[in-house]
Amino acid sequence: MDSPPVTEHDPQPDEEPRRYGRRLFLVTVAGGISSLYWGKAAWDHVTGVISPVANAIAPILPTGGWRIYTISGQMPVFDRATWRLKIGGLVEQPVSLTYDELRALPRVEQVSNFHCVTGWSVNNVRWGGVRIHDVLAAAKPHVSAQALEFVSMEVPYTDYLTLKQASLRDAMLAYEMDGKPLLREHGAPVRLIIPEMYGYKNVKWLAEINLVPQEQLGYWEQLGYDQNAWVGRSNGYGT
Amino acid sequence: MKKAGYVPRFSRTERLLHWVNALGFFFLLVTGLILYLPRLSVLVSRRQTVQYIHFWGGVAWLSVLAAVIVLGGRRMLATARELDTFDRDDLRWLRGGKAPQGRFNAGQKINAVLTAAFAVLFGASGLLLWFGEQDTRYRFASTVLLHDGLMYVSLALLVGHLYLALIHPATRHALRGMTLGDVRVEWATKHHAKWEPEGIHIDRGTPSPATLDPKPH
Repeated sequence: MDSPPVTEHDPQPDEEPRRYGRRLFLVTVAGGISSLYWGKAAWDHVTGVISPVANAIAPILPTGGWRIYTISGQMPVFDRATWRLKIGGLVEQPVSLTYDELRALPRVEQVSNFHCVTGWSVNNVRWGGVRIHDVLAAAKPHVSAQALEFVSMEVPYTDYLTLKQASLRDAMLAYEMDGKPLLREHGAPVRLIIPEMYGYKNVKWLAEINLVPQEQLGYWEQLGYDQNAWVGRSNGYGT
Repeated sequence: MKKAGYVPRFSRTERLLHWVNALGFFFLLVTGLILYLPRLSVLVSRRQTVQYIHFWGGVAWLSVLAAVIVLGGRRMLATARELDTFDRDDLRWLRGGKAPQGRFNAGQKINAVLTAAFAVLFGASGLLLWFGEQDTRYRFASTVLLHDGLMYVSLALLVGHLYLALIHPATRHALRGMTLGDVRVEWATKHHAKWEPEGIHIDRGTPSPATLDPKPH
């Protein structure tokens, strides 16, 4: 920083200097560490107050609030000509849907919030897609099936929902986000959306749905994350 | 060897600390942005590799900074004392008044102190993010917010720092001090009037051309 031209000198040069540097250091570190406990609540409050402004500038922000997580060396690429969504496992009639056939199923739209287990959230995401039961119907699930295995094109990512969880009113398979076809980084061509659960249950780049007798541990659950990833009630939050 | 008309401002250790910090910060900024920005995530794609590089780069950055500080010994301690100390002139300067400054002006002191505090917080939040992926005991809802917030504030400080170091005519000469170690006596006299380099007497009566004389003992 620049120093203004010197015109006068401290009239009391012998005064004991203040140790403000260490105070600033300690206050900054203490404030930062303590924000682990109050930061998100404060931020949610601030964004609530300034939501009209925040909503206006969100589209021009470089992230849109999203972080893209992958587990493999290469993010899957959607090839419309070869991609199929296979419905198998405990079904009477295994089904293989093309992208166009998937989009021909009854379309639904919803606006919901997306929460990541690491602490970030994106509010008011507009999803377009299909309800899970509409996708399963053609395959005619067997009565012994109690859960669904969602298999990603990103090997070896899988995760599970019970049929009851999958029938939640806002659980869906989304092929559109905010009015546009799902982008590659968000799981194109279709991903699972279950807003009540943290993002790691919302499997991206879907390739298969298998009906199974019971839930098993998905990719992140095998690394210690909770099987039932309820927002605010799992993975150490609110418990 | 002292160059005529110039006075040493930053020691080799201080410059090393500065450049280790700068290079480490830029490295972590680039690798961090690949993890942070969706478009870059798609371009690079290999998130786990980048995450690994970012984490261990951060560990190396803080380790080398700590090593330089420890190996700097008493001289680094003296520098820390300079940055810690604010006198009336510093406070007047911060309020926009005209007041003589020492080797570091009050703004530089605040910048250095905040940079040090942010390094600690970057390290703490980075460790929590890393280990929080493996164990819920280390998981806090605000860790990402803290890490990202530090990045934004650091970027703002960096932009101001770069402007003053590279563009602003009155201050950009300071970059010579941080690269070669010395600055013009005339410039030092004008911007750091209370600075009295150890073992060197700056003749403030004749600001131009400046002369260096051995300080009488």
